[in-house]
Order: sequence, then structure tokens, then C-alpha cells
Amino acid sequence: MISRMLSVIRYRGPDEQGLLMDGPVGLGHVRLSIIDLSSGHQPMRNEDGSIWITFNGEIFNYIELRHDLRKRGHIFSTQSDTEVILHLYEEYGEQCLQHLNGQFAFAIWDKRSKSLFLARDRIGIRPLFYTKCNGSFYFASEIKSLFATGEIDREIDPLALDQIFTLWFTVPPRTAFRDIRELPPAHYIIVKDGNVTTKAYWDLAFSDELGNVGFDEACERLKELLVDASRLRLRADVPVGAYLSGGLDSSVTTAIIRNFTDAPLQTFSVSFEDGNYDESAYQKEMSSVLGTEHHELRCTYGDICLDFPKVIWHTEKPIIRTAPTPLFMLSKLVRESNFKVVLTGEGADEILGGYDIFKETKIRHFWSRSPDSIFRPLLLKRLYPYLPAFQGQSAAYREAFFNEGLSDPSDLFFSHKPRWQTTAKSKVFFSRELCEEINGAAPENAIGASMPEPFSSWQPFARAQYLETRGLLPGYILSSQGDRVSMAHSIEGRFPFLDHRVVEFCSRLPVHYKMRGLREKHILKETMKPYLPCGITRRTKQPYLAPDSKSFFHDGKSPDYVEELLSEEYIKRCGYFKPRAVGMLVKKCKKGVVIGFKDNMALVGILSTQLLHRQFVEDFKD
Amino acid sequence: MREQIRQFIINNFLFGESEEGLGDDDSFLEKGILDSTGMLELVAFIEETYEINMEDEELIPENLDSINNLTAFIDRKQGKIQSVAN
Repeated sequence: MISRMLSVIRYRGPDEQGLLMDGPVGLGHVRLSIIDLSSGHQPMRNEDGSIWITFNGEIFNYIELRHDLRKRGHIFSTQSDTEVILHLYEEYGEQCLQHLNGQFAFAIWDKRSKSLFLARDRIGIRPLFYTKCNGSFYFASEIKSLFATGEIDREIDPLALDQIFTLWFTVPPRTAFRDIRELPPAHYIIVKDGNVTTKAYWDLAFSDELGNVGFDEACERLKELLVDASRLRLRADVPVGAYLSGGLDSSVTTAIIRNFTDAPLQTFSVSFEDGNYDESAYQKEMSSVLGTEHHELRCTYGDICLDFPKVIWHTEKPIIRTAPTPLFMLSKLVRESNFKVVLTGEGADEILGGYDIFKETKIRHFWSRSPDSIFRPLLLKRLYPYLPAFQGQSAAYREAFFNEGLSDPSDLFFSHKPRWQTTAKSKVFFSRELCEEINGAAPENAIGASMPEPFSSWQPFARAQYLETRGLLPGYILSSQGDRVSMAHSIEGRFPFLDHRVVEFCSRLPVHYKMRGLREKHILKETMKPYLPCGITRRTKQPYLAPDSKSFFHDGKSPDYVEELLSEEYIKRCGYFKPRAVGMLVKKCKKGVVIGFKDNMALVGILSTQLLHRQFVEDFKD
Repeated sequence: MREQIRQFIINNFLFGESEEGLGDDDSFLEKGILDSTGMLELVAFIEETYEINMEDEELIPENLDSINNLTAFIDRKQGKIQSVAN
């Protein structure tokens, strides 16, 4: 059974495969060899065989930890980071997690106490799923491994659809499937005597504490931390590349590698046939300034359409944007260029307030203090400069959109109300049966229940940051758009901004260090000014987007799979959506006049749900 | 005209789903029917169907935010065109 579980995720570790059977416990592992290629085989045991581990990910500070453990008398037989976790667990037990700087999901079988210890990194970079079934506990890096046991029902969870079509992600431990659970980031599980206990070991806490060190000193400290985080993330026994999007964050990562390390550098980026999404001019500028060997993947509408079903096989959940698809294609190019590891700029927008939602929160909060003001809502025009439809509309329409929830700035989700409300409009397509199963459960309540106690005492900007960092980041950016589409081609992403020391540092910065007026990521721009061209630091944030419905209905034509999955008959058979309403949406998209965010999200969400059903519920071979 | 506009709104923005129906005075903004691109779609439909041209300053709720507002606006525009032609 474990071999079957491993074979369906072979792409996560094509270099080696290992198994351990010990009484009631079986551990499996597929290996992507990056550190200690010759002796880091897994599952790995300690000296006396009393502790075994299977581990996915990287511990970046393993050299420092090994040095410390040696001083405490531990003897190592490999150069791997895996062995460091084993000894750290011997030394500190569950507290070992506090010492790790990395991205990881692992399971330790402790024969002495007959317990299984499973843990996931603080931010949720590496995935970990589990389920209990017929008296057994199963876990894996991907859901398809659990289904490969042949023991678990494969049924899409109606509440998960409700959450995704509102929040864009499911609130852990919920996943897209009714019987599968996800270990939340920064949590661990102990399975012992048939009991499963879940505990948190870390969380984000916001304050203005670093306001007293002064802006210049804060810049200096941020630079030191980012340089160190990047230096640790270049540790590998294989070459490391970098993604270059043309935006600030990946330019920072790349500039740090170039200016503060000796690592040779090759960069990779996506460019688009559709000029509305293309950033290749900035990518080329950055690559030329830094003198990197640059690789570019040109992405067409047809490419996105062709690869979309494969992407859903990897995301294992519906998505409401096609943006993961070009990154799926890019990881293939990276692999073909003989790289296994890339550094990227993910996380900077969350921890330093880069997204428009933070500006939006600031403006709406300012406006809410004087709701009748004529002048305050004029600031809304500063938002979304890259969206022509948004910029072209009259003030009354703009204000009506952002007015959502304005009367109650103390609402815990003040920042996200307009976004969630817009996304939730896609639920007009939900079938009556699906609505009955959802039975009025509100996604806001689910996310509300997962907020920490001090959340309500933070200012709206910090609350928005927490929601992005603990919600959308692991639930979509790092999973559907990160781990899953890079691992599909055996590529490991590494993220200097998500070093927990950087994350903690930024959470203690005053808001005006992060956003000065409406200038996003102010402290990062100031810190990195000497190392970046003006064009990059002065550029207003443009989020990474890809063409949505247009990819499936370019020139009014769509491929057979799209026609079939969105046909009245198949929509009816799956039962999640209203066939007639979907028919009207498809007709509208085919016409291709002006398709807005709402319709794009609905179309991509519906198509991906249908694909998920086809691949995992109907056609899955266990 | 009224029914033609109603049908366009129901099919294009509500995807046939209008359980309570859409009244002549129902505000598209208050009911959350139109977003920014929705407004552009509506304007494109009005311009093509009724052969009028809408100026930027005319894209305001007073002209666009309900079936009644729209029909009154179109009547005014068409009347103006006719009177100019006469």
C-alpha cells in the first residue's frame, strides 16, 4: 500500500524511494536529493534505531544546529539536514521545532514511546495531509497519496466549496475533500494509543515595538536579516536559480544573491502573449543590470488552457484564477535547465504590506472616520492603477464597491469584506442541493474561529496582514501557486522573505515603516535602493496575474474538455452548479466582450471544480 | 425597451437567477448586481442596442442605476438626437 502511495507522488522525489515497516507503523519516502546526495537516504534512523524519520523539505540552519548538537555529545553519520532533526528531537523532544529554520513537513516514529510526531513549518510552505479511517491513521504530502490507499472515500466537501468561493482557500484543517484533513502551518500532531492531538507551536504577533529603533536602523537590520536568510537558502549541493517576475520582491532576492554572495546566478521568468499581463521589459532590465543568465518562458492563451487540467491534478482543490498554470510551466523549464532549486520573492507582500488590499484598508479606514466626506473617497482612485475597468469607472461605482462594511470599522474582517463579498457572488451558480448541504454555514465564522486572541486588539492594517499571511499565503499562494506546481516538476522553491526571523521582525515594525502614505513596502524600497534600478523601486506594485476566461475561449473557441466539463449534462451529473446559469456564463465568456473579475473567478472556479470531480471522484485509479 | 433591458440584466449579471424578480426601480448598486466591468458591459449593450453614444460624465447612477433610470436616460438621449435631426 505504501508503495502505491509513493508512486502517485513520485514527481516530488524522483531520485530515490525508501520504506520502513515496523510493527504497526509504515513510513515511506520519495527523495529529491539536494543536500548530502550520497548518504541522506530516508526513512532515516538514529544510532540505535529507536527513532525513525521521513522528511520533506529543508532545514536551512542545519549546519549551526549540527555544530551545537555535536557539542552536546551527539554523533552524526551523515552530512544531511534530516539527521539533524533526529538528534534535535532526541535532545529537545517536541520543542525541537523551536530551533528549526526551514520549510518542512516530517513524521518521526518514536519506538520508545510508541508515538508518531508529525510537524509542519511555521508558514505552511510544505504540505501535510492526514486522515483516520477504519482504525488507521494515514498521512502524506499530497491528498492523492491518501486516496491511493483505496481505503478513503473521495468526496468533495460542500463547505470547502463555500469557503473557496468566498475566501479563495479552505480554512485548515478543512480541505477540498470531506474525509481529508490538513495539518495547519506551525502545528504538530502526536498520535499515541489511538489518540490524535494537535497543537500549535508558533504564531504571528503584531506590534509597533521596533518604532523605537528608528527608521534607518530598522532598514539596516532588515538588510542584515534578508542577506542572512538568502545566504542560508543558497545552501545546497546542487545549483540554485532564481525567479525574476519584474517586480520588486524577486528583484530584491536576486540582487541580494548577486551583491552579497558568490553564487553563480541563472534567472527564470514568465512572459505573456497578452500584453496586459506581460512584465518581460522589467524582467530583462533586472537581468541585464545584475548580469544573470536569463531564461524566459513565453506563455500563450492556448498553453494555459492545455495545462490547466494538469494543474488541478496538482492543486487538489478548485482555484479561481489560472495564475498557477504559467508557474507550472515555468517549473518545467527550470527542470529542463537542470536546476532543482529556485529562490523567489514570495511573502514580501504579506509581511511588508505590498498588496493593494492594505492600501484599500488604510483608505477605507480613513474614509470611515468621516463617511460623508466628498474628498476622502477620492483616494480610492489611487488603488488598482493596473486595472483599466476600475480606473475608467465613475466615483459613485467605485465608492459603492468599497463601501461594503464601511459603517463598522471595528469589524474584525473590515479589510477583507469587499473582496470576500465580490468573490461570494460566484455562489449564485451553486446548485440548490449544494446550498442545502452548506446549510448557511458562513466561511467568515470558520476563519473567525481560527484567529488568535490578540487579533481583535490589533489595528486594521495588522489584522489584514494576519489574514493574508495566515490565510491566503499558505492556502493559495504557497500551495496552489507554489509547492504544488513547482514540485510537479521536482522543483523546490525557497523564500528568503519567509524566514521566520524576517517575518517576526516585520510584524514588529510600525505600520508607517511598511506603508508611508500610500507607498507600499516603503522600508524595503529604501533598504534596497542602492542595489536596484530606479525603474524597479519606483514602480507601483503590479500583482502577478494571468489571463483567465480568455484562455479557455480565445477567439470564441474552446477545446473539447472545456465543452464537455461545462456541458449541461456533465454539470447536472456532478451536481455542484446550476446547468442553465453555467450555460449563460459560458455563452458570455465565448462572446468575450468585457469579462470582469467576478465572471472570471466564477468560470475558473467552476471549471476547476468540474476537473477536480472528474480526476479525483470519478476517474481516480487507486 | 424595459423588458429588453430587464432580460439583459437578468441573463448577463444574474445568469437567469432572479428569484424575487427585478423591479423597475431596483437599484443595481444596492442589489450588488453591477461591478466596474459590469457597468462597462451595460454601457456597451445600451450603446449598441439603442444606437446612442454615452459620454464619460453620463456614466453615473442617476442614468444607469435602475431600469427606470436607464429607460428615462435613453429616451432623453434619443429625443435629443431626434430633435437635433429635425
